[in-house]
Amino acid sequence: MSKLKLATVWLDGCSGCHMSFLDMDERLIELAEFVDVVYSPLVDTKEFPDEVDIALVEGAVASVDDEKKIRKIRAHSKMLVAMGDCAVTGNVPSMRNPIGPEAILDRAFIENATAQPQIPCVVVPKLLNVVRPIHEFVKVDVFLPGCPPSAETFHTALTALVNGGPLDIAALTRFGA
Amino acid sequence: MSNGDDVKTLIIDDQEVSARRGQTILEVARENGINIPTLCHLEGLSSVGACRLCLVEIKGSNKLLPACIATVFESMEVSTDTERLRKHRRTILELLFAERNHICSVCVSNGHCELQTLAQEQGLTHIRLPYRNPNLPVDASHERFTVDHNRCILCTRCVRVCAEIEGAHVWDVMGRGINCMVITDLHEEWGSSTCTRCGKCVQVCPTGALFDKGKIGSEHPKYPDFLPYLNLMREAR
Repeated sequence: MSKLKLATVWLDGCSGCHMSFLDMDERLIELAEFVDVVYSPLVDTKEFPDEVDIALVEGAVASVDDEKKIRKIRAHSKMLVAMGDCAVTGNVPSMRNPIGPEAILDRAFIENATAQPQIPCVVVPKLLNVVRPIHEFVKVDVFLPGCPPSAETFHTALTALVNGGPLDIAALTRFGA
Repeated sequence: MSNGDDVKTLIIDDQEVSARRGQTILEVARENGINIPTLCHLEGLSSVGACRLCLVEIKGSNKLLPACIATVFESMEVSTDTERLRKHRRTILELLFAERNHICSVCVSNGHCELQTLAQEQGLTHIRLPYRNPNLPVDASHERFTVDHNRCILCTRCVRVCAEIEGAHVWDVMGRGINCMVITDLHEEWGSSTCTRCGKCVQVCPTGALFDKGKIGSEHPKYPDFLPYLNLMREAR
């Protein structure tokens, strides 16, 4: 059996979900017998591949770039997993929603800047007015809440997804877990 | 109890149970170890049937009844855990999560929250409705407690405990529909209100809406179980 192609993606999140993923420790070696990591912040591939079997997406959709990425990921992935509370609910990044991006940018780059206060407008992508969970943009197949989901949760869930076995998410994790 | 009229026999989830006249479906179910999820209900306070999580099906009726206020009658057949009810309960919880800003990961009640626990029990893994993200105030003017309206689900437990148990009636509800919020006195700051600083409202609050300033992080369990004992002791006097 050929290995499944696994991608992990980092949108607007803190990378804590990826850290927790790595916390699977030696179980990662066991997992590597079944999957190839074809795209990830942890590997060097620059472009999202054309065909991915399982895409784990950390982070909410907060910028025009995130939105473009999540649509591309969906188009090229058989199974899309919302990994962690930011991807599932918006979580901490969405705390700016009641205030709006202008006030946030002002605070960070003008009010609190000591040298050359200016709002960055080149290279960095434009922020969306509101931060949204990924299922408000594309269809999500599996939701894995938790901040972050524990290594235990990752291991149980990924084992089930790789083997096509039954998976009771609510028994494993919850919002804020 | 020998008077036949005072004892009702009914069926809850295929289990034959007996009850006293005037008892609610919820009381009888819990006496018999049958769990019905609740949120606004709290033992020791009056019931208001507001959250609708405890809705149950009664055979022969299309109407769903809130188990916390609906009383038993002879030969009634109650179902507490049908697919229809589970669907409604999930939707109710999703509406609560979407209505205000419930950011569990950074909430003082993370791990001790009734809303969070219910979401997990009811198998919620995400919210299908778009989040409203309203801009809501936090009142930290009180020397001991804080009210964070972002986490309030308007269960009115605080209003009831303050009026019925403490007898102060500092908490009440202002506005209607989406503009509804709990207030102290006539919408004055909690710190300068007529609050007696007893802290009962904090203990009965099911979420992180009311919390004790002295507790930091997520180590903020609440102990609402003092209420039935307090009532018992008062009755005994």
